[in-house]
Amino acid sequence: MTTTTLDAGRAPVKTDVPATHSMERMRRSARRWRWLSNAGAALVSALLIVWTLIPIYNIIMVSLEREGDVFSDHLFPADPSAESFWVVLSQGHWYLEAFWHQFGNSVFLAGMVTFLVLLIGTLTSFSVGRMRIRNGWLITNAALLTYVIPASFLAIPFYLIMQNYGLNNNPWSVIAVLVTFATPYAIFIFQEYGRSIPIELDESARIDGASPLQIYYKIYLPLMAPALVAVGTYALLLAWNEYLYQFLLLSSDRSMTVAVALGKFLNSDVAPWNYMMATAIIYALPPIATYYAFRNRMSAGLTMGGVKG
Amino acid sequence: MTTASLDLGRPASQRQSLWRYWRGGLQGSEFTWAVAFIVPYVAVFFAFVVYPVLYGLWMGSNPSLYAEVFSDPIYVNTVVNTIIFLVFGVNVKLFLALLLSGFFMRPGWWTKALLMIFVLPWAVPALPTFISIHWMLNGEWGLVNNALYILFGVDGPSWLNSRWLALGAAICSHVWKWTPFWTVILLAGRMSIPQEIYDAAKVDGATGLRRFLYVTFPLLANLYLVLTLLATIFLLGDFNSVYFVTGGGPANSTHLLATLGVVRDMLELGKPQLGVAAVMSALPLLIPLVIILMRKLRTAEVQL
Repeated sequence: MTTTTLDAGRAPVKTDVPATHSMERMRRSARRWRWLSNAGAALVSALLIVWTLIPIYNIIMVSLEREGDVFSDHLFPADPSAESFWVVLSQGHWYLEAFWHQFGNSVFLAGMVTFLVLLIGTLTSFSVGRMRIRNGWLITNAALLTYVIPASFLAIPFYLIMQNYGLNNNPWSVIAVLVTFATPYAIFIFQEYGRSIPIELDESARIDGASPLQIYYKIYLPLMAPALVAVGTYALLLAWNEYLYQFLLLSSDRSMTVAVALGKFLNSDVAPWNYMMATAIIYALPPIATYYAFRNRMSAGLTMGGVKG
Repeated sequence: MTTASLDLGRPASQRQSLWRYWRGGLQGSEFTWAVAFIVPYVAVFFAFVVYPVLYGLWMGSNPSLYAEVFSDPIYVNTVVNTIIFLVFGVNVKLFLALLLSGFFMRPGWWTKALLMIFVLPWAVPALPTFISIHWMLNGEWGLVNNALYILFGVDGPSWLNSRWLALGAAICSHVWKWTPFWTVILLAGRMSIPQEIYDAAKVDGATGLRRFLYVTFPLLANLYLVLTLLATIFLLGDFNSVYFVTGGGPANSTHLLATLGVVRDMLELGKPQLGVAAVMSALPLLIPLVIILMRKLRTAEVQL
């Protein structure tokens, strides 16, 4: 590469004929280089697609099989049918008796977590970032500390505490945990985003006689809308996808969420795999749709204030 | 270059009077409002972080517990598994993410479309895909062995019946699930490097590998370090990949500390104290990591 470039640079000084010659050579080598790089990219793309899609393909394949066909040698369903989806939607298997109720539990849980995370997160970051309360940095540090403690490490004490208070099978116990672990991220994002809103807005409203509550409600919240969407999506997905705490704290058929019900399938001896995968697909669709709808907002949030898986 | 710093110090505008400093520059009812606004978070923090932490420390405060924990061969296996999982999981995932973020910088609609597909593992909840992987690895009816048999006529091993294959499968699943997440972050990091720097490097003759070694990587190094620390902490608390892919089996040989404490000690043996002690044995690793990370996030600006 480098030698051809040098040649091309020197060539016009000599004569015209070798110049076109070496230009031609350079162009050809550039073309070959581009062809190689495109071929490499195609190879990488193909590998990535196969690697990414195999487990997802497997879910879809198994969900399209009939009962019993699951246990045979094949790579495509021999006789595809959407029967198992219908069984799930009509609660037609004894594992799925309370499916819609459990779906409702998941929706309630995710909705409440999202609402509370947004509420507590904005109130805190308004007080610390906009009103500049004394020693607000202590709160930010507390949030940072919570953010870096692995949630699963507190599972055992939490489980026992909730049992002592008789809060087992109560969705609020799970909501409390998930709010605890999602709010720190919300506080970061809100503080970070809040910096882009001029503080003079608050000050002029205060001179006009607005109370802090009015400033929060009428000025701060509307201007924070993009950050609210980013954090709301994050909290919603976190609550919907979380498994460990829901599994520990919600064990009765009426209180459990879809995630717990799916996990219960796995632990049974004769799991009806096709129904299980159909349930898994129905369970996965809402978060996937949410993810792709708010994807750009979410990535903006991720790069704005650190990261969280 | 945008700097996403977490500035936790007090604002500089508070140097007026001692009294105003004492209240953070707020007066009368405003101070009351400000306090009222932080009460919910402070309550959540004390009730659901401080209280469980203290409760856990109290549960794990009996020294004789640790003698029992350390003499348990399954615990020793678990520690080995956790270290292997940390070393391979974190580094493979982040190194792949670093390379792939470079790949996704290529221009064109195809790269964008591919990125949409590539982030699927992250967008799909962990539970369905990990269950799917568990079934794929079934020795008799799983997709992997079916494919091996149909395409190559080879009888595959029963993946989840050997400790090392099962642990490898759990690590691969973890990498599968989380590489897209870190790739997206590193991609954002790469995108924020100004084009002028590359142009200048090009004039100086830095292309290809040299461009990466002398321009891109030094600019990403701090971010990469912070991400490594974060990934280590997140992975230490990872429950799902082992729980669903291997279930801790065969014979409790593939547990991580997080799953051992909850699944075996608390639910199977009914000895939650033992579980807390097992989890607490990760503190000598976790606490330094947390301190370094908090300092990094606080003082050094995370340049994205």
